Order: sequence, then C-alpha cells, then structure tokens
Amino acid sequence: MARCRRGQCAAALLLAWLLALGGVAVAAAAVVKPARIHFIIPGGAGGGWDRTARTAGDVLVKGGLLQSASFENLSGGGGGKAIGYLIKTAERQHATLLVNSVPILVRSISGIFPFSHRDLTPVAAIIGDYGAIAVRPDSSLQSIEQLIAAFKRDPLQLRIGGGSVRGDLDHIVAAMAIRALGGDLQQLVYVPYDSGGKAVVGLLTGEIQALSTGFGEALEQMRAGQLRILAVTAPQRPPQLPAVPALSEYGSGAEFANWRGFFGPPGLPAELADHYAALLQEMQALPAWEEARERNGWVNFYRPRAQFADFLAAQEAVISALRRDLGFR
Amino acid sequence: MWQGIETGLVTAFSISNLAVVVVGCFAGTVIGMLPGLGPISAIALMIPISYGLDPAAAMILMAGVYYGAIFGGSTSSILINAPGVAGTVATTFDGYPLARRGQAGKALAIAAYASFSGGTLAALLLLLAAPALARVSLSFQSADYFALMLFGLVAVCAFAGRGQVVKSLLMTVFGLMLATVGTDPTAGVPRFTFGQLDLIDGISFLLLAMASFAVSEALMTVLNNEDSARQAAKAAAAGAGSLALSKKEVAEIAPAVGRSSVLGFFVGVLPGAGGTIASFLAWGMERGLARGAARAAFGKGSLRGLAAPETANNAASTGSFVPLLTLGIPGSGTTAVMLGALLSFGIQPGPRLYIEEPAVFWSVIISMYVGNIVLLILNLPLIPYIARLLAVRKEILVPLILFFSLIGVYLVSFNVFDLWLMVLVGVAAIGLRLLGLPLAPMILGFILGDIMEDNLRRALIISNGSPAFLWARPSTLFIIVATALVALFPLFNRRAQAGEGG
Repeated sequence: MARCRRGQCAAALLLAWLLALGGVAVAAAAVVKPARIHFIIPGGAGGGWDRTARTAGDVLVKGGLLQSASFENLSGGGGGKAIGYLIKTAERQHATLLVNSVPILVRSISGIFPFSHRDLTPVAAIIGDYGAIAVRPDSSLQSIEQLIAAFKRDPLQLRIGGGSVRGDLDHIVAAMAIRALGGDLQQLVYVPYDSGGKAVVGLLTGEIQALSTGFGEALEQMRAGQLRILAVTAPQRPPQLPAVPALSEYGSGAEFANWRGFFGPPGLPAELADHYAALLQEMQALPAWEEARERNGWVNFYRPRAQFADFLAAQEAVISALRRDLGFR
Repeated sequence: MWQGIETGLVTAFSISNLAVVVVGCFAGTVIGMLPGLGPISAIALMIPISYGLDPAAAMILMAGVYYGAIFGGSTSSILINAPGVAGTVATTFDGYPLARRGQAGKALAIAAYASFSGGTLAALLLLLAAPALARVSLSFQSADYFALMLFGLVAVCAFAGRGQVVKSLLMTVFGLMLATVGTDPTAGVPRFTFGQLDLIDGISFLLLAMASFAVSEALMTVLNNEDSARQAAKAAAAGAGSLALSKKEVAEIAPAVGRSSVLGFFVGVLPGAGGTIASFLAWGMERGLARGAARAAFGKGSLRGLAAPETANNAASTGSFVPLLTLGIPGSGTTAVMLGALLSFGIQPGPRLYIEEPAVFWSVIISMYVGNIVLLILNLPLIPYIARLLAVRKEILVPLILFFSLIGVYLVSFNVFDLWLMVLVGVAAIGLRLLGLPLAPMILGFILGDIMEDNLRRALIISNGSPAFLWARPSTLFIIVATALVALFPLFNRRAQAGEGG
C-alpha cells in the first residue's frame, strides 16, 4: 500500500470513502436516527456561522443528546459554494446540517445565488437578534420621531449607516424605520461599512448621523456610553429598555429578526428533519447552552420546521418588497 | 490614575501572570513562524484556553501571543520570503536580501531589536496618551482614510528609485485591479468573477502573498539551478552570520527606529489603518529620508530598511490597543478577536474601562511592555538555531516551503479552488519577476485597494457623489497636498541629480 502509485492510492481511498458514505446512505434510507451530525459551515473559522454551529454541536454532544459532531468549513461564494455542495450531494447528506442566516434570503433574492432556501429542508432557527436604530448619546435627536422628522426636512443631512452592504440587513432595518414613520425610501442615504464596529466609529466621527445595527451589539455599545438607542424592530419594546419603542408601534410590517438556523439537504425525510428539530429544542434547555448563549449575547429564537419555513417565506416577502421600493431589482 | 497603574503593576508582575506572558510569547512565536498562521489565528487558538483564566491573565496571554506571532511572522519573511501576514510584507524587502547574503542572524537580531524598541516606545506612548488619543482617532473620517491610503501608495512608488517609478506604479495599479475582484463593497453584487462562485469572496491576501512571494521564490531557486550541495555548504559555512551590530550600524538604525516608532504608533491608533500601512509608510519614509548610497541600498538588504517596518509594525499593534481599550472599537481584525474575548468575560471596553476595571486596563498595558522584554530574551538565543533553516539543502527546503504555503492557504479557506489559483498566481509571478516588474507594489496595491475603495465609495456617498470631499475638510486636504508633493518628488529628484552630474 505504501508503495502503490498515486492513482492506485487515490482509487483505494475513494473506494473506502464511497463504502463509508454508502453505509451512511443505507442507514438513512431506513430512517435510523444518526448518532452523529456533520455540520457544514459556509464560511471560514471564527465568524458568526462558525461559532453558532460549533457551539450547538459541542453542547449537543456534551449534553449527551448526540454521540459525536463533526464540523466542516466550506467557504466561497459568500456561502453559495457550501449550499451548492449540499444540494449536489443531497442523497448522502442525511446526517448533515448547514448553518445559515438572513444572507441566504438576500442573496437568492438579488440573484447572486442560483438557488434559495426552498431548495433546502428548513430544520429550525435557533437564535436571533432584532435590529436597532441608534444615534450618538450627545445627539439632539431624542426620539425616533425627531429622527425621521429631521430626515424629512433634509435627507442628505441625515445619513444612516450600517455594517452591511446596500440592500442587505442593516439597510433593510433603516428602510423599515423610515417607512414606518412615513418617510420617502427613495430619499434615504445609506452608508455601508464593512462591519458594525466600523459603523459605530463612523457615527462617532460624525460622518453618519444615525446607525442601523443589531440590538445586541447596540446594547453593549450603549452600556459603554457610545450610543443611544431610539427604536427596535422587535415585536414589543425590549425588556432591558422599556422606554425604547418598537417600530411596529408606528406602522405594520416593521418587524425584523436576524436569525441563525439550520438546514438539511433537499429531500431529507420529514422524520429525520423533525428529529433534528427536536434535538435542537432539547438543546435549548441545557445549562451549557444557556451559558454559551449568555457569553455570546444570543437570544433564543426557536422556530421549528413548518414554522421556520413560514417565517422564511414571510421574511423573504418583506425583504423583496423593501428592496423593490429601495430601487433594487 | 497612579493608583490604577500601581494595581496594574502588581497584577502584571505576579508570578502567574509573568508565566502567562512567557508562555504566550513563545506559543505566538512558534505559531507565527508557520506561514499562513498569523496573529489572528494565533489569538483565536488561545480563546478556549483563556476561558480558564481570570480576565487580566487572559488579556495578558493574548497580548503575549499577539506580539509573539508578529515576531514569528517576520522570521518566515526574512528567511524564506514568506510573509504570512500583511504586516510583515515590508519586512521581506530588505530582510530577505540580507538573509541571502549570509546575514540571516543579523537580520533576525535587528528584527528582534526593532520590534522590541517599537513595542517599548509605543507602550510608553500608550501609557501617557491613551485616553487623550482616543478622541483624536475619532476625528478621522472615511475621506481621510482614503487620502491616507492614497498617500501610502504614492509614497512607496515615488521613492522606488530611478527607473522603477513607472514600473512600481504599473504594478500598484495591477494590485488595485486584483483587489476589485469579488463582491462590490457597497452594493454587494459580484464583479470580475467570470461567473465563478469561488471568486465571489475575492482573492485572499494570504493566497496572493504566499503565491507571489514564497511559491515564486521557491520555484525561482529551482530555475536558477545552482549546485545544491555547494550552496548548502556555503550557507552552512556562513552560518547565521554574526548577531552583533557594530557601533556604526547602531548609529544607522537608531534614528530610523525612533521615527518609525512614533509613526507606527499614531497610524496604529487610527481604527482601520494598522500595522500594514504603518510598516509600508515607515519603509517609504526612511527611503525618502536616506541619501546617496544609503538610499540605493534600500530593497537590497539595507539594515535601516529592515528596522523601519519592523519597528513600525510593532508600534502600530500597540497603538491599535488605544481604540480597543478606550473606545471599545477594534482597530484591526486581531483586536476584534480580543474584543470578543473581553466581552465574553463581561468586560465592556470603553471610556470608563480604566476607571471600572483598572487592574485589567493597566495590567494589559504594562504586560505589553513585559511581553516585549520577554520576546527579546526568548528569541535572541534562539536565532542561530532558527537561521540554520537556510542551511537545509534546497531539495528538501523547496518542497517544504511549497508544502507549508499550500497547506497554510488551504487551512484557512478549505477550498481546493484556492490551490489552483495559487499555482496560477505563482507562475504569473515568475513571469513578472523575469520581466523585472516588482511584486511588492502589487501586494501593497492589493492590500490597500480594498480599504481604499471602501472608504472612497463611502466618502462619495456622503458627499452625494461630488469629489468635494477631497478638500472639504482641512485634514483631508492636508493629506492630499502631502500626496501631491510626494508624487512630484521623482521629478525634482531627477533634476537635482542631473544638476549634480552636470
């Protein structure tokens, strides 16, 4: 074996691999609940997707709900490569979950991805964060009404920045705030930064007048005395800040959650998908999960199977409509 | 404030925290030496370990690893021309030629001394000026960053030396073009990707740097086909060369180190600038200040040209702690990872950190200083052994370099496409080298291209599409005027030299 030529070695390895995969496929065909789950992370090590998948896997194993978990970072194409791979190899991926979030919707709406969430099997959303609109603590704008009034007076002098590109997450949240209070979306000057942190710097240097960001991040910055939060996209006022209004108090359709969740391959048997969704629900009761959630500042946002699929369809509709009004195709 | 410093001193000099610094520096050096693993991966590796420590010790560990990794990175840049992180690209300019001349030991020693001095001087500046500087760093807007990047690019080209200015400009623009491949930073749509999903995230810096420096260099060794046994014997005989610096050499380096420390620190303070720009600016500045033969030596193994970027890089990494600790804003990818770690301990960095958590704030600053000393003590005795790497026969060394470069890139992206692209870039790089086109300006253009475009686009959105942002604010105007002056420099220089000749 050690002396075999490269081609032979590769062939032997391939054969062994196929046999192993065959084993998995046969096991799945009989819908035997797998004792191990393989997590595909469509981005590099250290990002938000990476942390979510690895934390969930570790907690499931440590909590005894799963025998073992393996992880695979598959970056490229803004996550599209991993999704394409899962679709292409679906039959032998019945013990595989792929982590994703809002980008899967935005990138399929904008046509960057040749596929969408409908080509996968939604298993469950597990965590989420709402959007927030914030200003500098020394800003003269004391409320979201004053902010939008200032925007209506001179949109060029009320620029809203955020940590995502145009037409994505933070831009959508900013647009929701404008629309909820009756502003003209076409007038919005959105300034994109490459991260939420950089956008906070932009706010503090005064090149933007308001910031659209995640509520969790904004809350931390507010505690450090860098921000004042004016409104959130949660369905109700946040329990930590009861004085801050929810945008939905002003107009309907102004709710928006940035979720993270798991998808299975297309054609995943419903029994297995339900099983994974149940596992993820049990996970949320574990103390280890509670601790990790606390440490990362995550909020539980459990939406299993059909509920998750409906949520995705609804969010997709909201994003498409807002993007159209913002002038995207 | 003094009480806080006292608390910090006691915390930093406790036996356990001193041990943490030593372990951190050592681990960082080893990790940083492997091409492909830079400070960010080194720190990320430490996060799980840090959960078992108290917050001060964890931050001290991370600061130690950070410095160690930066120093380790310069080792691979000097010895095998493989800059694993953008911050050490400028180190290869003069470090690698020195190593090839049989002065690897001296080059590594200078890197160690320069890093130490840069880190020390910057730590002093940090101690004195951190809270005040935090405000200054917030006066820098997107337009200023754009102007600063432009200045950096122009400065490096203008000081490229006779007959090289046009070639440098050409390659800088090529680098800028490469940086545009991927996703548009403003609109988020793919461009210049040829429909390839693999190119949507752009070309990674690591891939480009490894392929155009390490891979092309390794393949050039094969092309040159010098008798390997004889070459190895020659390298072994030369050994590491002497580590000692003569008085004259110290006198040559010292002013450069002083200037680069200050420059590096202030560039580091700006969120979004950081070590890479600092090191290029320092190298360009020293070259611009040098006269006659001293200038001609730049890029061919000048001691000053090695000391400047090494000093500035380290000073900038210390400087980048200013926005992190005082504003809670990470100025670089590395400090962003550290911010995450701090938050997980329930510590919110910000203007009130040094009042609420004096032990953490000051002990981190003081242990940075301790870290620099430890790094020097740890690494000087090791240099002769590290430098022996060059005595390895090239039949073994070349495959090893190729192996580590390819693996280093693959382990970050886990995408086989990157390996093919790397081979393509490596071959293209050999072609460019044979044509006498310099690769360093290309890498510089590539690194700065992203940040430059990002800031330019933002400045344009803010000024509603008008170029008025270039002169609307005094700070931007100042940098733009300085850039224009530097751009005219080669013309004046030619006239002056012609005058001398006549």
